[in-house]
Amino acid sequence: MNVLTRTVLGRLGGMLLTLILASMVIYSAVLLTGDPIAALAGGAKPTPELVEQIRAEYHLDDPVWSRYWQWLTGAIQGDFGRSFVYKTPVVSLVGPRFGITLQLVLLTVLLILVFGVGSGILAATRGRVVDRTIAAMTSLGMALPTFVVAILLIWVFAKSLGWFPVYGEGEGVWDRLWHLVLPAISLAVLFIAYVSRVTRGSLVAQLHSEHVDTARVRGIPRRRIFGVHVFRNASPQILAIAGTTIAGLFAASAIAEVAFGLGGIGSLLVQAAARADLPVVQIVSLLLVTIFVVLNAVADLISAIIDPSSVGGGRTS
Amino acid sequence: MSVAQIANGTVPAAARRVARRDPTFLVAVIAFGVISVVALAGPWLAPYDPNELYVGPLNGAPSLEHPFGTDDLGRDILSRVLVGAAASVFAPAVVVVLSTILGVGLALAAAWFGGWVSGGIARLVDVIFAIPGLVIAVLAVTIFGKGLAAPVIALAIAYIPIIARLTRTAAARELAKPYIAALRVQGVSSPAICFRHLVPAMIPIVAAQMAVGFGYAMLDLAAISFLGLGQQPPSPDWGSMIAAGQAGILAGAPEQSVFPAILVVITVLAVGIIGARVTDWAEEKER
Repeated sequence: MNVLTRTVLGRLGGMLLTLILASMVIYSAVLLTGDPIAALAGGAKPTPELVEQIRAEYHLDDPVWSRYWQWLTGAIQGDFGRSFVYKTPVVSLVGPRFGITLQLVLLTVLLILVFGVGSGILAATRGRVVDRTIAAMTSLGMALPTFVVAILLIWVFAKSLGWFPVYGEGEGVWDRLWHLVLPAISLAVLFIAYVSRVTRGSLVAQLHSEHVDTARVRGIPRRRIFGVHVFRNASPQILAIAGTTIAGLFAASAIAEVAFGLGGIGSLLVQAAARADLPVVQIVSLLLVTIFVVLNAVADLISAIIDPSSVGGGRTS
Repeated sequence: MSVAQIANGTVPAAARRVARRDPTFLVAVIAFGVISVVALAGPWLAPYDPNELYVGPLNGAPSLEHPFGTDDLGRDILSRVLVGAAASVFAPAVVVVLSTILGVGLALAAAWFGGWVSGGIARLVDVIFAIPGLVIAVLAVTIFGKGLAAPVIALAIAYIPIIARLTRTAAARELAKPYIAALRVQGVSSPAICFRHLVPAMIPIVAAQMAVGFGYAMLDLAAISFLGLGQQPPSPDWGSMIAAGQAGILAGAPEQSVFPAILVVITVLAVGIIGARVTDWAEEKER
């Protein structure tokens, strides 16, 4: 078994263990409430019938391990339980909303990669003035959270100029895209700044390394030095940060969704939390954590494939 | 602190040196200082009762009586911003202090005991890291109800991995230095080495991380209040004011959202600059 295979298997095992432990943490929320019936009833005054229904549905008379196991295996098979506020299966709430969150995140990822990595490359290669300007912009960008950018965009582009819609997700492909532009920008700004800084940092570190000097002395064209010796060597680090950032977007999306009235899983999570609808909160949390962990692992693996030495302790197989 | 004061030497020489070499840092420190004072003295500085309705017109524009205007319920926005500063600034401070105590404690335990303790702590930290901070906070709100208390504790736990990983690395590096071995040979007790030598040596690195973490905590808590899960009405904080003012923006009165938003940005910017400088100093000291 070579180093890469071993790494892949090791990471997969670690990822599964983390996911199982995280799902236990999320499930244990139901124990922390003290009286699970009150929490599961979502604030409604529990009638004897409702109590009976909850007891049956959540197998409250079973030991906690068995309940956890039923919840987890059910969730894996697509049985997400039933919301106590909406009185419908959680899967029918999450399913249609997931698409909107996914579309918003994809558009945001596109913005982050183009402008974040792009401005990082510019800052590292186009001289002092460009570098300083981009540094100032990213300093400001790192202090611009989604909700601030959202209200500024609504003020300027939706209210004053009237170029974009303020609310809702639209119908049809182009209208949907139109409705997602401002939310995606509001979600992207902070992360563009972050990815830009990391990109610049790792590129500059490479540009100042001895192997690049050697390549330059050997007369290798600048463009080729950048592509083969600088960007390729810097890319695992850039990818790792971009991966973590993108993985976190699914959760952060909630803020943009609420600000722009989009019906995604983020706004569902927030509404459910406000009404103490624990079954919905637990499933959406489990979904967000799974996405977060899997995407992080994928970014990790891609970095490992690009640069096997970063994981194998410098050994070659 | 004015420019004249700096010039005629009423401030210490060290501060004057900083001012000359690094004006950005000085501005950041002053901005953060002013905001801290406001957070402490907000209720005494506020010209109106922040929760009193109809002290001015609904969605009133800035005027002499109401420099920041009035909100959708006719409350004075300046007073609400000043009083809301306390929750907006102290809640993230509590998050950072709690998570530093927990994170440093776990990291020291891991570095000191090694073996299975270290492995177990690493696994725990991995699991916490796998759950985004916002998700931990939302879970906490679902269980313990809306308000700032649950999110503050949730975020303190969510930030443990950042602090613990950094401190673990720093502690391991410090423990590998010859002077620790020398102390051990001299028979200095383990707790004495830990608290008299190891902990002090890591203060700069941890302090830098705290400043950076404060910015994140402020953004996260403001976001939670913006989502309606944090500070509950009528008590103001900046995040909930920004959310409440969203309707005002569409009615052509952006003041209720924009002023607290500006303050969030200024505070986070100031703390970010301070954090970056302290990080630089800590790294210089390490070399």
